[in-house]
Amino acid sequence: MSASSDSAGAGNSRGLIAWIDARFPMTKLWKEQVAEYYAPKNFNFWYFFGSLAMLVLVNQIITGIFLTMDYKPNAAEAFGSVQYIMNDVEWGWLIRYMHTTGASAFFIVVYLHMFRGLMYGSARKPRELIWIFGCLIFVLLMAEAFMGYVLPWGNMSFWGAQVITSLFGSLPVIGGSLLEWIRGDYVIADATLNRFFALHVAALPLALIFLVIAHLMALHEVGSNNPDGIEIKKLKGPDGHPLDGIPFHPYYTVKDMVGVAGFLLIFCAVIFFAPTLGGFFLERANFTPANPLLTPPDITPVWYFTPFYAMLRAVPSFAGTQVWGVLVMGSAIVVLFFVPWLDRSPVKSIRYKGPIYKIMLTLFVLSFITLGDVGMHPPAGIYPLLARIGTAVYFAFFLLMPWYTKIDRVKPVPERVTGHV
Amino acid sequence: MAEKIDHGRRRLLTAATVGTGAIGVVFAAVPFLASWSPSARARALGAPVELDASKLEPGQMVVVAWRGQPIYVVRRTKDVIAHLGDHNELLADPNSDNSVQPDYIKATGAARARNPEYWVGLGVCTHLGCAPTSAPVRRGEFQVAGVDLGKDWPGGFYCACHGSKYDASGRVFKNVPAPKNLTIPPYALGKDLRIVVGVDDASQNA
Amino acid sequence: MFKRLWLIAAILLPFGAAVAQEVPLQHVHTNINDVQSLQRGARDFMNYCSGCHSLRYLRYERMGKDLQIPLPLLKKNLMLTSKKPLDHILSAMPEADGVKWFGVAPPDLTLMSRYMGNDYIYSFLKGFYADKTRLWGVNNLYKPNVAMPFVLATLQGVQKPVYKSVTDPSGHTRMELVGVTPGTGGSMTPAQYDEFVTDITNFLNYTAEPIKAERRSLGVYVMLFLALFFVLTYLLKKEYWKDVH
Repeated sequence: MSASSDSAGAGNSRGLIAWIDARFPMTKLWKEQVAEYYAPKNFNFWYFFGSLAMLVLVNQIITGIFLTMDYKPNAAEAFGSVQYIMNDVEWGWLIRYMHTTGASAFFIVVYLHMFRGLMYGSARKPRELIWIFGCLIFVLLMAEAFMGYVLPWGNMSFWGAQVITSLFGSLPVIGGSLLEWIRGDYVIADATLNRFFALHVAALPLALIFLVIAHLMALHEVGSNNPDGIEIKKLKGPDGHPLDGIPFHPYYTVKDMVGVAGFLLIFCAVIFFAPTLGGFFLERANFTPANPLLTPPDITPVWYFTPFYAMLRAVPSFAGTQVWGVLVMGSAIVVLFFVPWLDRSPVKSIRYKGPIYKIMLTLFVLSFITLGDVGMHPPAGIYPLLARIGTAVYFAFFLLMPWYTKIDRVKPVPERVTGHV
Repeated sequence: MAEKIDHGRRRLLTAATVGTGAIGVVFAAVPFLASWSPSARARALGAPVELDASKLEPGQMVVVAWRGQPIYVVRRTKDVIAHLGDHNELLADPNSDNSVQPDYIKATGAARARNPEYWVGLGVCTHLGCAPTSAPVRRGEFQVAGVDLGKDWPGGFYCACHGSKYDASGRVFKNVPAPKNLTIPPYALGKDLRIVVGVDDASQNA
Repeated sequence: MFKRLWLIAAILLPFGAAVAQEVPLQHVHTNINDVQSLQRGARDFMNYCSGCHSLRYLRYERMGKDLQIPLPLLKKNLMLTSKKPLDHILSAMPEADGVKWFGVAPPDLTLMSRYMGNDYIYSFLKGFYADKTRLWGVNNLYKPNVAMPFVLATLQGVQKPVYKSVTDPSGHTRMELVGVTPGTGGSMTPAQYDEFVTDITNFLNYTAEPIKAERRSLGVYVMLFLALFFVLTYLLKKEYWKDVH
C-alpha cells in the first residue's frame, strides 16, 4: 500500500463520485439524509424499532420474492406448493420461516414503535403527518398480513379469510353483494386466493414502500422527536447544527447496528429453534389443507390481530344487525389517526407528564394485552366480560385524552435534553 | 469532542464489524442462491428412465425422454457395425476427443456404445439443437427430408435443419455446421437389454 | 343469546363446548435426534400404517437420507408402494376405496404431528377400546366414534373402557368414560407397546418437518456468529459514542 497508489485510487473514486453528483444528487442525499442529519443525542432503547421495522420490511420483500418463485397461487396446488418449498426446494424451509417469523416480527417492532410514539408524544405538532403516514402503514400492514396468511391455503387460512371477509357482508344494504365482489365467488375460493396473492405480492408492498418513504421524508423534514419531547432545532450552536444533535452517521448507524444484532439474535432463535412459537407464529390448524366442510375447533387469528378481533366480538348485535362490532373494530384503528389532536397536554414526553397520563397509558397497554389474550379464546366464561372491559379502556384512553391531558399535572421541561445511553 | 480519539482502535473495530457483517451477508445469501438449483421434484422428474430394447428390429430406433430431452436408442444392422471404422477420414472428430460422452463410451472407439448393436445417444444436434432424423441403413437408396445422402452413406443421422450429418455412432462429418459428435448420456445396459438412461451402473437404479 | 347475536361466537361456541368433555392427552417424550427410534418408527409405519395412510409430502429418498437408511435396504424393506426412490410416500389404497370402506378417506399423515401434536398421535394409538356398537368393534378415548379399525390390536391386545358415575349439578347421574384397562391378549407388554407407539410418534414428528434436526444444529452456529457480531457492534458503538457528551 504505497501512498501514491492510495491517492490515485482515491482520486479515481472522487472523480467517479463527482461525475455522478453532476447528474444525480448522490452525495447531497447522503449528507442531508444520513451524514448531516442531526438527530437528538438522547435516543434510548425505544428508538431502535424504526430502523428495525425497515430491516424487517426488507427481509419480507426479499424472502417474499423468493417464495413467489416456488409458490402456486391456486386452490388446488397452494398447500402442496408450500410443502414443496419446505421439503423439496433447497433451503426453502429457511426462506419460508424467515418470512413467517418476519410477519410476526413486523408487528412486534411496529407495536413497540407506536408505543414509543405514545410515550414521548412523537405524534404531536409538527409531526402529525409522520404519525398519519405511520398509521396508514399500520393499516396496510394489517391488510398485507391478512392476505399473506390466506396464501398457504391451510384450514385456518381458509376459515380466517371466510370470517374476516364476512365482516364486509355485515354492512347494511351493500353487504351481500360487496362480499361476493371481494371473494369473486360465493365462498372463499380459487378466485379469492388469486386476487389476494396479487395484492399481497404486488399492490400492497408497493403502497407500503411508498408510504415508508413518505414517513421518512416527513421525519427528516421536521427532525426527530426524543425521549424529552424537546425540539432540538430551537437551540443551535455557532456551526448552525442543533446543540443537542449528533450526525446520524456514524453515531446512530453504529448504534442501530447494535439493535440490529440484538434483534437478529432473537429473530434467528425463533427461526431455528421455535419457528411456530408454540402456535403463535404458525397456527396448528394451518398444517392441514383448507377444508370448506370442516371448521377448525377454534378459529383464532394470528396473535397480532387478536386485540382487534376481541373488540369485534365484544359488541353484541342489536337492531337486527351485527355491523356494530365491525364499526367498533374499525374505530379502534381510525381513532389512532387522531392522536396528534387528542393529546392536549402542554408537554410531549411522558417524562414531564403527570400521573394521570402514566396511569392511562399503563391501563391502555394492559387493555391491549388483555384484548390480545381474549381474542385467542372462545368467547365463553370470563372472556366476553374481559373483552368489553378491555374495549372500554382502549377507547377511554383515546376519547378521554383531550380531557385528562388538560387537567393532568405536568413537570417543567428542561431547555436541553437529559442524558444519553 | 477534542479528547484523544484512538483512531487505531476505531479503524480496527470498524473493519472487524464490517468484515463480520459482510461474512454474515454472504452466508445469508447462500440459501437464496441455492434455492434456484434443481429441487427434489426436478430431480424426481429428471430421474433415470428405463427401456426394454429387446424388442427392437435391426435398423429400428425408439425415442425416450430423459430430463426433457430425446434419447435415441438404435439397433444397428450388422452391415453398419462392420463398417463403422471405415470412414474416419470423413469425420470431424473420429475419436470423440472434443465431444461429450462418459469415459466408458469414449473407450469403445468407433462404436461409441456399451453394446455395438445398441446405440444410445442424445437426439439433439450439436449445431442448434434440432432433433436429427435417423437414416440407419448403409448405402441407402432413400432420401431424407428431400436430400439424397448418396451411395457412400455409411448409415447414421441427418439433421434437416441445417444439413448436419452424423454417422451411426453419432460422429459428425466434416464440412457440416455441427461442431461436435452427438452427446451420449450416461446409461447402463443389462444382459436382458434393459437400458437405464441417467446412471452409469444399473444397480444404482435397481 | 350470545350464540344468536355474535357473528363469530356462532361458529365457536359449539366447539368450545365439545372440547371441554375430552379426556386429557397422554404426554409423550420424543427425540428427533434418536435415529434408531426414527428407523424403527419408519419400519413400523410402513408395515402397519402405510397400507391406508400416505406421507404425500415426503419422498422415500429424503427419508432414507435423513434416517441413515442405505438405498438397497430402503428399497427392500420400506418402499412398499413405489420403485422410484424420489417418489412421494403414497398409500397403497386409492382414496375412493377409503371413503367406501371407512366412510372417510384415511388422512395423509405427513403433517399430523404439527396439526394435532405428538401427544395426540401417541394418545390416539393408545386410546382404542372395545366397543361393540361400532362398525369395527372399537372406539377411541381421544377421538370418539373413530372411523379407523384398530390395526395394532394384535400387538396391544384389547383394552376395555372404564366408566365412572358422575352426578351433574341438576342431579342427573350418568356414566362418563374416564379411561381404559390395560390391553390383554396382545403380543407386546404394555411397556413394549408404549415404545412402539413412541417410535411411530417420533417418526411422524420427523415427517412433519424433515429439516427439524438440521435446523436446530445449524441454529447453534448462527447464534454463535450473531453473538460475535453483537459484541463487535457493541464495542464499536461504545468507541464512537465516546465523542458524545
